[in-house]
Amino acid sequence: MRRFILIALPYLWLLLFFLIPFVIVFKISLSDLALAIPPYTPTLSWPITWEALKEFFAALDFENFTFLTTDDLYWKAYLSSLQIAVISTIITLLVGYPIAYGMAQARDEWRPTLMMLVILPFWTSFLIRVYSWMGILSQEGFLNQFLMWTGVISEPLQILNTPVAVYIGIVYTYLPFMILPIYSALEKLDGSLLEAAEDLGCSRFKAFWLVTFPLSRAGMVAGSFLVFIPALGEFVIPSLLGGSETLMIGKVLYEEFFNNRDWPVASAVAVILLLILILPIILFERNEQKQREADQ
Amino acid sequence: MRRFSWFNATSLTLGFAFLYIPMIILVVYSFNASKLVTVWAGFSTKWYGELLSNDQMLDAAWVTLQVAVISSTIATVLGTMAAYVLVRAGRFRGRTLFGGMIYAPLVMPDVILGLSLFLLMKPMFSQMGVHSIVLAHATFAMCYVSVVVSSRLVSFDRSLEEAALDLGCTPFEMFRLVTLPIIAPAVISGWLLAFTLSLDDLVIASFTTGPGATTLPMKIWSAVRLGVSPEINALSTILISIVTVGVITASLITKRAAIRQMAEERAAERA
Amino acid sequence: MAQTVFAPWADPNEKPLIEFRNVTKRFGDFTAIDDLSLDIYAREFFALLGPSGCGKTTMMRMLAGFEAPTEGSILLSGHDIAPVPPNKRAVNMMFQSYALFPHLSVWENIAFGLKRESKDKAAIAARVDEMLKLTRLEKFARRKPHQISGGQRQRVALARSLAKAPKLLLLDEPLGALDKKLRQDTQFELMDIQEKTGTTFVIVTHDQEEAMTVASRVAVMDEGKLIQVATPAQIYEQPGSIYVADFIGEVTILEGHGEKVGDAYEFAFAEGQPRLHAKTSRDLGAAGRMYLAIRPEKVSISADKPEDTPNVLKGRILDIAYLGNISTYHVELSNGQIIKAQEANTRRLSRRSFTWEDEVWLSWTDTAAVVLER
Repeated sequence: MRRFILIALPYLWLLLFFLIPFVIVFKISLSDLALAIPPYTPTLSWPITWEALKEFFAALDFENFTFLTTDDLYWKAYLSSLQIAVISTIITLLVGYPIAYGMAQARDEWRPTLMMLVILPFWTSFLIRVYSWMGILSQEGFLNQFLMWTGVISEPLQILNTPVAVYIGIVYTYLPFMILPIYSALEKLDGSLLEAAEDLGCSRFKAFWLVTFPLSRAGMVAGSFLVFIPALGEFVIPSLLGGSETLMIGKVLYEEFFNNRDWPVASAVAVILLLILILPIILFERNEQKQREADQ
Repeated sequence: MRRFSWFNATSLTLGFAFLYIPMIILVVYSFNASKLVTVWAGFSTKWYGELLSNDQMLDAAWVTLQVAVISSTIATVLGTMAAYVLVRAGRFRGRTLFGGMIYAPLVMPDVILGLSLFLLMKPMFSQMGVHSIVLAHATFAMCYVSVVVSSRLVSFDRSLEEAALDLGCTPFEMFRLVTLPIIAPAVISGWLLAFTLSLDDLVIASFTTGPGATTLPMKIWSAVRLGVSPEINALSTILISIVTVGVITASLITKRAAIRQMAEERAAERA
Repeated sequence: MAQTVFAPWADPNEKPLIEFRNVTKRFGDFTAIDDLSLDIYAREFFALLGPSGCGKTTMMRMLAGFEAPTEGSILLSGHDIAPVPPNKRAVNMMFQSYALFPHLSVWENIAFGLKRESKDKAAIAARVDEMLKLTRLEKFARRKPHQISGGQRQRVALARSLAKAPKLLLLDEPLGALDKKLRQDTQFELMDIQEKTGTTFVIVTHDQEEAMTVASRVAVMDEGKLIQVATPAQIYEQPGSIYVADFIGEVTILEGHGEKVGDAYEFAFAEGQPRLHAKTSRDLGAAGRMYLAIRPEKVSISADKPEDTPNVLKGRILDIAYLGNISTYHVELSNGQIIKAQEANTRRLSRRSFTWEDEVWLSWTDTAAVVLER
């Protein structure tokens, strides 16, 4: 009985506030926009009769999804989100790996401090960290001032409100998510493995490539998913740094909802985004599961 | 054996410079006398003064604090239960779905979570507001709490719980007297994490808010969309300082506890 | 002073404290305990001995109540304990990891179980102090578990599990985490405490020396079955099978053909080797394939052929393992068979009589070897 309550309470909470909402999103994505409250049809009202149910289901259709394919704003937004998420994940991996590696190689007494330095931004407001780049990347911002002072450029560059700014923003905000899993994989690595590899005739670089790198793969995979999945649906970064020409699907959804108040289309956008995300999310959870089993 | 080379030193220096320079610039320019954020015009604390006399800002801060405290407390209770179920309850019907529902919100884009929670709660409540934000935040934060707590539970020596039962505890006494005190640090960090997540959240709160419930991130958002403003820099500096002091204090406490424990263990073995 | 030997298992009127009745325990497809029956008597110090995975820990966990038998029943003082949850059993356990609560002091750890059943603070304090005294921990009462040494932690775990004065105390590899020297001292301490408190102890161990030292009876287990249950001396001197003979102590096992002659067997094990003689009370049939187990310390080694001994073999020294107090010689017979012989090193090294490649004679009495079927 006690066990039942223990399981049931969090379970029902998640069913109600996580799973059922998705069902509702799906249902509304099949509805039509209407000038009413709530702003879509059909709706079910008490008493629910068999006739009313039949009528209700007959009124549901895939019109919104057809609409998404006809207006090229949407599929362009999906494609450009995918492109931005993939490229920024790769950049984050390239930037994050050496940092994680350096941390894992650092002396024992240094490591807690380095760890704290990575975690600190993680606890700091996401919004503030994105905002901090607005002052750096703008026309008269610090980056342009610096580049002009060094003489690399003579005219200020347009960086803010371009995709470049979005890449910088994503890499910057998600970097700790990449560093931490790679670091924890590298930190667990037994130092004597490298000594054994060198003892058996590997150069230091070869030992890294044949031993360290493969053994840190799970960390890289986890980190990449942790960057890629939220980046794909990112809203704040493209809105603040990207300007009007950077299309990202999270921003489209947000505007469809808040500016056009078109709940059915916003729901359809969310359903497609969810379908794109399901595969990476399952792969990510599979990877985590394997890690947990290996740890036990 | 660990080897520290110039390569490692360079990558760490550049990496941490990249992480910290934007925030340092933000903090420095909050003390700028000029309204133009990128031109230095002498030291001044006037933006802090303006911030503190901005009633709307203070109201938003108060709302945010209430939401964060309540939602993180709910999230901690539910998340700890969920973690216990995941690690200790063994097999039961629907366990895979349960695990999926715990891990999926960690990576789910905010816009989807926000939209789906809005569509759920709109017909549930006659009016949305603080209560709907609290429910939304508690839901996604409980997943973070449960991940933090379950990682502690996994490394927990199960025989401690068995010993408690063996010595006559009921299962509830066992949890209260043995399990909870031992996982307490993880539960506390879970609470802090939930608190911070709630404090930071813009997107989900925007979807689930109602009249009169404007949170600080929403306030910041509407300000920064108009461009960079020194008042926001001042606010950011205050928030960054709170987090920094908090994180440094927490890590100093853990470090000192660890050092003391090690010293005592060594002394005990020598005796 | 006539002291009766403690042997309740030999007394048909004695009622066992614990009875395993045809107990089987399966985990999925794996059978951990296979149709096992066993009686353990009050005041016994009973050892379950076997390699890891033999089911000994499962036996103990069933007694404590953390596992339930799949089939069969377990009785404590004649009552089936299946419906009693672990927190209601008059059985306490000392865990292999000690499972000391890290957030409580030594004193609070020992008082933990007492507080569950009584509100009488003075009585609890008196009992805790008694336990502290018994385990010589008075000085450490206020310390936390991480502030004391491994040996002290072991004593806290013992005190805590004894505090409630259980009918039965289970000890899961209680000395496994201690180094060898400390382990030996602690073994005697355990026996002492067992005797003082009069509690029935069931100990699980994979260390045969430990089982032999502390136990009144030893059960040798393998693959979920009991192989032999007997006193340490019987287990060592009269092993019931090759498995037991081999598991406990060093032994040479010869395979051959035996023939019954009076109360002994004549044993032929190889062409060109003399027949061996072994007296036994067991009946293994008139003749047939059998085995002879000989403990190395029962084999004498000499340079000249000894007279008047029933078993004499000639061989060559192949290896010498010098162990300080004794040396073990591996002697190879002409047919390639190796027989182990042990000698006490009563003389100094330089005056030792045998060295590698020496031709020597091995001999033993007709009661030294044990005839076994399998």
